[in-house]
Amino acid sequence: MPKRADLKSVLVIGSGPIVIGQAAEFDYSGTQALRVLKEEGLRVILVNSNPATIMTDPEFADATYVEPITPEVVEKIIAKERPDALLPTLGGQTALNTAIALDKNGVLAKYNVELIGANIAAIELGEDREKFKGVVERCGAESARSHIIHSIGEGLIAAADLGYPMVVRPSFTMGGLGSGLAYDEKDLRRIVGQGLQYSPTTEVLLEESILGWKEYELEMMRDKNDNVVVVCSIENFDPVGVHTGDSITVAPAMTLTDREYQRLRDISIAVIREVGVDTGGCNIQFAIEPDTGRVVVIEMNPRVSRSSALASKATGFAIAKIATKLSLGYTLDEIPNDITLKTPASFEPALDYVVVKVPRFAFEKFPAADPTLTTTMKSVGEAMAIGRNFTEALQKALRSLEQKGASLDFSSVNSPDVPDLIEAARRPTTDRLAQVQRALLGGGTVEQLFEATGIDPWYLDQLQLLNEISAEIKASAALEPAMLRRAKRHGFSDEQIGALTHNSEDVVRGVRQALGIRPVYKTVDTCAAEFAAYTPYHYSSYDEEDEVALHAKPSVIILGSGPNRIGQGIEFDYSCVHASMALRAAGHETVMINCNPETVSTDYDVSTRLYFEPLTLEDVLEVIAAEERTGGVLGVFVQLGGQTPLKLAQALADSGVPILGTSPEAIDLAEHRGMFSRVLDAAGLIAPKNGTAVSFEDAKKIADEIGYPVLVRPSYVLGGRGMEIVYDEPNLSRYIKNATEITQNHPVLIDRFLEDAIEIDVDALYDGTEMYLGGIMEHIEEAGIHSGDSACVLPPLTLGTDVCDRVRAATLAIAEGVGVRGLINIQFALASDVLYVLEANPRASRTVPFVSKATGVQMAKAAALIGTGVSIDHLRTVHHLLPETGDGGTLPAGAPVAVKEAVLPFNRFRTPEGTVVDSLLGPEMRSTGEVMGIDKHFDTAFAKSQAAANNALPTSGKVFVSVANRDKRAIIMAVKRLVDLGFEILSTGGTADVLRRNGITATTVRKVAEGSSAEGEGTITDLINNGDVDMIFNTPSGGQARGDGYEIRAAAISNGRPCITTVAEFNVAVLAIEAMRTYEWDVTSLQEHAATLRAAVHA
Amino acid sequence: MTDPEQSTSATAALLILEDGRTFRGTSYGATGTALGEAVFATGMTGYQETITDPSYARQLVVQTAPHIGNTGVNDDDAESRRIWVAGYIVRDAARRPSNWRSERSLDDELVAQGIVGIQGVDTRAITRHLRERGAMRAGIFSGTAAQQSEAELLAQVCSSAAMEGAQLAEEVSVDQPYVVEPSDHGWDGEPRFTVAALDLGIKAMTPQRFAERGIRVHVLPAATTFAQLESIRADGVFMSNGPGDPATADGQVALLRQVLDARVPFFGICFGNQILGRALGFGTYKLRYGHRGINQPVMDRRTGKVEITSQNHGFAVDAPRDGAGLAPQERFGRVEVSHVSLNDDVVEGLSCLDIPAFSVQYHPEAAAGPHDSAYLFDRFIDLMAADAAGAPISGAAVDHATATAAAISETPAISETPVNPETSAQKRDKN
Repeated sequence: MPKRADLKSVLVIGSGPIVIGQAAEFDYSGTQALRVLKEEGLRVILVNSNPATIMTDPEFADATYVEPITPEVVEKIIAKERPDALLPTLGGQTALNTAIALDKNGVLAKYNVELIGANIAAIELGEDREKFKGVVERCGAESARSHIIHSIGEGLIAAADLGYPMVVRPSFTMGGLGSGLAYDEKDLRRIVGQGLQYSPTTEVLLEESILGWKEYELEMMRDKNDNVVVVCSIENFDPVGVHTGDSITVAPAMTLTDREYQRLRDISIAVIREVGVDTGGCNIQFAIEPDTGRVVVIEMNPRVSRSSALASKATGFAIAKIATKLSLGYTLDEIPNDITLKTPASFEPALDYVVVKVPRFAFEKFPAADPTLTTTMKSVGEAMAIGRNFTEALQKALRSLEQKGASLDFSSVNSPDVPDLIEAARRPTTDRLAQVQRALLGGGTVEQLFEATGIDPWYLDQLQLLNEISAEIKASAALEPAMLRRAKRHGFSDEQIGALTHNSEDVVRGVRQALGIRPVYKTVDTCAAEFAAYTPYHYSSYDEEDEVALHAKPSVIILGSGPNRIGQGIEFDYSCVHASMALRAAGHETVMINCNPETVSTDYDVSTRLYFEPLTLEDVLEVIAAEERTGGVLGVFVQLGGQTPLKLAQALADSGVPILGTSPEAIDLAEHRGMFSRVLDAAGLIAPKNGTAVSFEDAKKIADEIGYPVLVRPSYVLGGRGMEIVYDEPNLSRYIKNATEITQNHPVLIDRFLEDAIEIDVDALYDGTEMYLGGIMEHIEEAGIHSGDSACVLPPLTLGTDVCDRVRAATLAIAEGVGVRGLINIQFALASDVLYVLEANPRASRTVPFVSKATGVQMAKAAALIGTGVSIDHLRTVHHLLPETGDGGTLPAGAPVAVKEAVLPFNRFRTPEGTVVDSLLGPEMRSTGEVMGIDKHFDTAFAKSQAAANNALPTSGKVFVSVANRDKRAIIMAVKRLVDLGFEILSTGGTADVLRRNGITATTVRKVAEGSSAEGEGTITDLINNGDVDMIFNTPSGGQARGDGYEIRAAAISNGRPCITTVAEFNVAVLAIEAMRTYEWDVTSLQEHAATLRAAVHA
Repeated sequence: MTDPEQSTSATAALLILEDGRTFRGTSYGATGTALGEAVFATGMTGYQETITDPSYARQLVVQTAPHIGNTGVNDDDAESRRIWVAGYIVRDAARRPSNWRSERSLDDELVAQGIVGIQGVDTRAITRHLRERGAMRAGIFSGTAAQQSEAELLAQVCSSAAMEGAQLAEEVSVDQPYVVEPSDHGWDGEPRFTVAALDLGIKAMTPQRFAERGIRVHVLPAATTFAQLESIRADGVFMSNGPGDPATADGQVALLRQVLDARVPFFGICFGNQILGRALGFGTYKLRYGHRGINQPVMDRRTGKVEITSQNHGFAVDAPRDGAGLAPQERFGRVEVSHVSLNDDVVEGLSCLDIPAFSVQYHPEAAAGPHDSAYLFDRFIDLMAADAAGAPISGAAVDHATATAAAISETPAISETPVNPETSAQKRDKN
C-alpha cells in the first residue's frame, strides 16, 4: 500500500534549544524526516527556534519558522500555512507536548489538521504513569509494585508488602519535591511524614525499589499493518538508579539468554499494541532483578527519542526516516533497507560488533552541584564507539570523550585503598567506572564489586580482562608483536601502551606500524554481513579483513567535533555538515570522522564515507592512512569542528597530512598570546592590558599594574573554563590558591577587565585577498559574561557606522595578519569608544549557524570551498554561495533583526542539600544551547527569543526588583516604565527605598534573612514559591555568590520564572514587554525574511 | 578465571575452508579435528539453542555475534539431548558466564561433549567469504591435529563428505518413540488432539509448543512406517526440521504421500516443508549460503503481514510463486506458496488448497528466535478440529486469529476454497 494521497502538506515541530535530555539527536531525526517529506513531494512546514540546526536550513523545508515553539505561536503558523497534517513525534517531548496542547485547545480540529505518526490517546496511555501501569498489567507483564497512602499508618502496612528500601513520591509536588528513598522504618516515618505535608492532596506513593536491577531498553517500530520489529536492544552497564542518558550503555544486550530476550520482545510488542502507537518508533525500558530474572516494565516513550538516535547509529537502521515514511502510510515491507538496497526495512538488525555509549558530564562548570548520578539526567553529551568486542568499544568510547582522566588508568593501586574505592563506588558518580576498574586492579573481586554496584559480573570481568592485559603490557620486555596485537584487540591506545611501557605515544605508534599492526575498517551493515552493504559506514577494529573500497577521487576529510559539551555543541556539527554538503556538491568525495551519535554529521548519508571513530591523533591518523591507501587524500579540514580538531592540526601537519584552509602555523599565531599581540601591534590594534603569572606574587604584581578588576584564567584551558573576574587582592589570592595549580608550565593569564564595555562578536571569511564579513553581533550583556551565555543581536543595535567600520578594518587586518583561509571569529570590546581585541579564533565559531540563519548566507559552506582554493569572488559570482555584492556588515535598513539567546541548565543541578545551583552568569560558559528570535523589530525579536528559551516575559503582574548598589541608578527608568504599564513592583530594603525616592511605589517584601513575620507574612522566596511573582530581577552584589540573592534566584529557577541578573538585559526586557503589549506577534518564515532582505538590498 | 585467549590450555587452532582460505585462532572447547560444512548464523542471542539444534548436524557454525558464552549454559534451554554442531567458530568467547540461570560455562560444555571449536578469528571475514563463495566444506584443527601441514589439512577437508546428497535425518532422530504430554507443559484439561511427530531432527520446543496448547505428541523415529503411524491413531501428522539434503529423503516423501492420500491433517516445519514440497512433486535445491538467523522477514501472503522468523535452512523448495496452481502430483489438488522470504523471495511456506496440509520453511517454535509465528500451531489445531468435525477442509481454508481485520482489508479478498465433492468423499475413515 503506497503512501497516502490525501496529504499535501505537513507541519513538523522541532525540539527547540539544546537542553540536557533533549539535544542534537532531534536535529538528526528531524532532518531525516524533512528529507523524506520533501522526497515524497509534500509541502513541508517546520517550526524550530534553534538556529544551530541543520533542519532549519531553508532548503530542507518549504517554510521554515524559527519561532518560539509554544502552542500560541504554532497556532499562528497553522492559521497561516493551513497544513493537512502535523507530525509531532520527531521533535522530542517539546513537540509532543505542543501537539497535545494544540489538540486539547481545539486548534487542530478548528483548522482540520490531522496528527500523523501518533494519536493523543496513545501518547496519554504511554506517558501517564497510572494509565501505563494498567497497560502493562493488561499485557500480562509487571510494573514496580506500589501503594498510594494517606497516613503513616497506611505507609507501615504498605511497607510490610513492599519491603525496604522503597521509593517515596508525594503526589502533585513540583520537580520531585519531597521524594526520597526509605531504607528503614525511621526513614519511612520521616520522609512520608514530610511528603504528606508537601502533597496538596496529603497523598504519597510508595513504590518497591528496583535500584540495582539490570536495565534494558528495546527500540521498536510499528507500521499501520501492525508489523512490529525490534530495531535494537540496549543494555545499561549501570544498573537501575542512573538515568539511561547518564549510563554507559551497550548494544546489543550482552547478558540475556534468548528466552529472556524474547520475553522482553513479547512484552514490548504487546505494550506497543495495547498503547496503540499507530505508526513509528517507540522505546520501552525494563528492569530485571539479577537473582531471579523478574521483569518489570519501567516506562515507554511513544516517539523517536535520544536512544532511537543511538539505536540508528548503532545498527544502521534509520529510525526517524522510516518512522516518517510509516506516518505517510507506507508499511515496513514497502521501505527498502538503505544499506543493503535489496532487503526491506521489515526486519531486525543483526550486529556483529559491540556498541558502547558513554556520557559526557559538565560538573566542573557547576562546582556547587552534587555529582551523584540519579534518575534526573545531567550529562550534556555523549560519545559512541564501535568495536568487535566490548573492551575495544569501551576503550574507544572513553577516549572519544576527550576528557582528562576519562580513559582507564592502569597505574598501580595500593591494596589498602581498595576498600575505599569499593565504598565510593556504591554511590554512582561520574567516577564510578574508574573506581570499579581500579578497585579490581588493586585486588578487589568481581563479587565484591557486584555487591557494591550491581554492575553485571560479565562487565566486571571485562574490566578485569583489561586490567590483566595492562599487567601483561607492563611485564613485557619490549614492544613485542604478540603483546601489541593483544592490547590493540582490546582497545588500548598507543598512548596507554606508551604510559605502561615508559615509551612515548609516537614510539609505540612507530613500532606498531613497523610491525604491520594496523586497524582494519569494518562496515555497519544492519545484517552481520549476511548481505552486501552499499553504504560505507565504517569503524575500526584490530581484526583481519579490511572493507574500505577503492575510491576514484582523493578524499576531503572533515574532522567532526566529538561529544557535545558546554562550549562545543551542535553549532560545530552544523559547520561540518555544511562543509560536507558543499564539497560534495562541488564534486569532492568527503569523509567524515566523528564519534557523536546525536549528530547529523554521523548520519551515514551526509558524507561519501563515514568513519565512526574517536577524534584522537592515533585514530585520525589511521583513518587518513586507510583513505590514503584506497585512493589518496586531498586534505583534512580541522577548522570546522571546534577545538577538538583544531588541537590536532599541528600534529597532523607534522605527520605530513595536508591541512585544508587556515594553516597550523596561522592557527598557532592566533592562539599564542605573544605571537598574537605582535599581529595586533602590526595592525595598530590593542588588547586589554594583560600579563602572564607563574606565581601569586607575579599575579599580584601584574594585577596591581593593570588595576582591578582583572579577568583571570588558567592558560591551558579554553572555552572560559576556570575564568573569573577578580575585584580585589584577597579574591586574587583565593583564586590562585583554589582554582589553579599555578606552575611555570601552567601559568595564569591576567587581563584588565573592561567594566561596562559592549562586547562585539564577528564572524568573517577570508581567502587571502578578499574578506566577507558574515555579521557583526552586539552582545546585550556587558563584557565579562561569556559570549556563549550572552544574548546578542544582529545587525548591531547601538553601534554607529564608524564603530562598524573600525570593526571591519580590524577584522580584515587580523585575518590578514594571522593568514586565515576560511572562517575567523573575533571578539571585541568597546569601552569608552576604544575598540579592544579580546580574542581571535581562526575557525568556525559557535555563532556561525546564527549568523548564517540571520543573514541567509551559509558561511560554513563557503569556508569549505575556500579551503579547497575557491576565492570569495568565485563564491559570489560562480557558486552563488555568497551574495554578489555587499556582506553581513552592510545589511540594509529593512533587514530583519535576529536575537540569539542562550539556554541554561541550572534547574538540572542540585546542591547536596537539594536546592538548585546558582544561576548567575559569568565569564565561564554554562549554557547548553541557544535560540533565535527574528522579527522586523528588535523588541519583538527579543521577546520571541525569551519565549523560545522557556523564559517567556510576563505582560502583566508582579515584578520583584532587587539590585546591587552599583546598579541602582541604572534601573529607575525601566522600573518606572513597568509601573506605567501596570505592573506591581515588589522590592526589599535598599532597592525599595531608592525606588520610593524616585517616586515609584514598590511593595516592600520580607528578605529571606528576615524570615516569616509573626502574622505569617512570607519572605520573597515564599512569594516566588507560591507563584505570586511573575518576573525576578536581581543583580548580585559584588563577588558574594551566597546569601539572599542566591535564594531568590534559586526559587525563580525552581519555579520556572524569568530571572534577569543584569541591568542590560532588564532594560531590553522592559522594551520587549512593552512591544508584547502593543503588537500582535507575526510569524515569518526564513524564506520570507530572505525575500524581504533581497528586496531591501535591491531597493 | 583464565582468559581462553591466553590460558595455557588454549592452543593454536586453524580453520581451513575447502577453497584454501585459512584463518588462525586459538582452540575453543575440545581440541582435535572437526570437519563439516561451514555456515554462518546471525542470531545475537540463543547460542545454546543453536548448538543443540539437530539441523546443524555435520556443520561448522560461525557465530556472527562476537561475544559468545556470556550467559553460560543451563539445563532448560537445550533444544535436544546433545550438541549437534560439528564444530564451533566464535570471535570472543566469554571468560566468565553471568546469568541467574547459568549452570556452567559454554567452554566446559563443549569440552565435555567433545566439540572442537576455534576462537579469536575474524568471523566477519569468514561470513563475507561464505556469503560470496557459498557455504562450503571446512575443517577446524587444533592440538596435535593442527601440527600437520596446511596442505595435508586442506586435503582432509576436501575429502570430507559434502552436504549436498547427505542423508542425515536418521542419524539425528530418536531410536525409540516417546510421548510429550500436555500436562507436563501447563495444560490443565484433557488433551485436545494427538499428533504423530516424525523426528527428523526435531527441536524440543516443537512438541512443547503443541503440548502447551493441549496436544499430546508422539515423537517417532525418522524411519517410522505408515502402518506404525496409523497405529497411533493420531489426529494429525507433523514432520520436523532436520539436517541434510531433502533430495535424499525418499522414505519420508513416500510416507507423507500416504498420509496425504489418507487426508490426515499435516503440518511440516523446515525439513518437513521440503518433504511436503517433494511429496507434492516439487524439487528442492541448495541455497548458496542459506538462511540462518532469528531476524528473517517472511510475508504471509494471505494476510500481507510480516513475521520476523527464526530460520535455519540451506535448502529450499522450488515452487512457483505466482499464485495457486495444481501440484505436479495432481492427485493432491492445488497448492500455493503461502509464505515468502522478503529478503530473497525464497519459498518459506506451502499450503494445499484441496487437502489438509501445510508447512513452513522457518521455525515457528522459535528457539532461539521471535514468537511472531506461533499462530501456525493454532492453525494446525484448527485444521485438526475442522477435520474432527467433518468439515470440508484444506491446508489453507482455516481461519486463524492473526488474520487481523486491518491486514485483510489491505490484501485482496481470499477466494473461498471450492469444495471438491470427490475429496470430501475420500475423507479418511477415522477407524
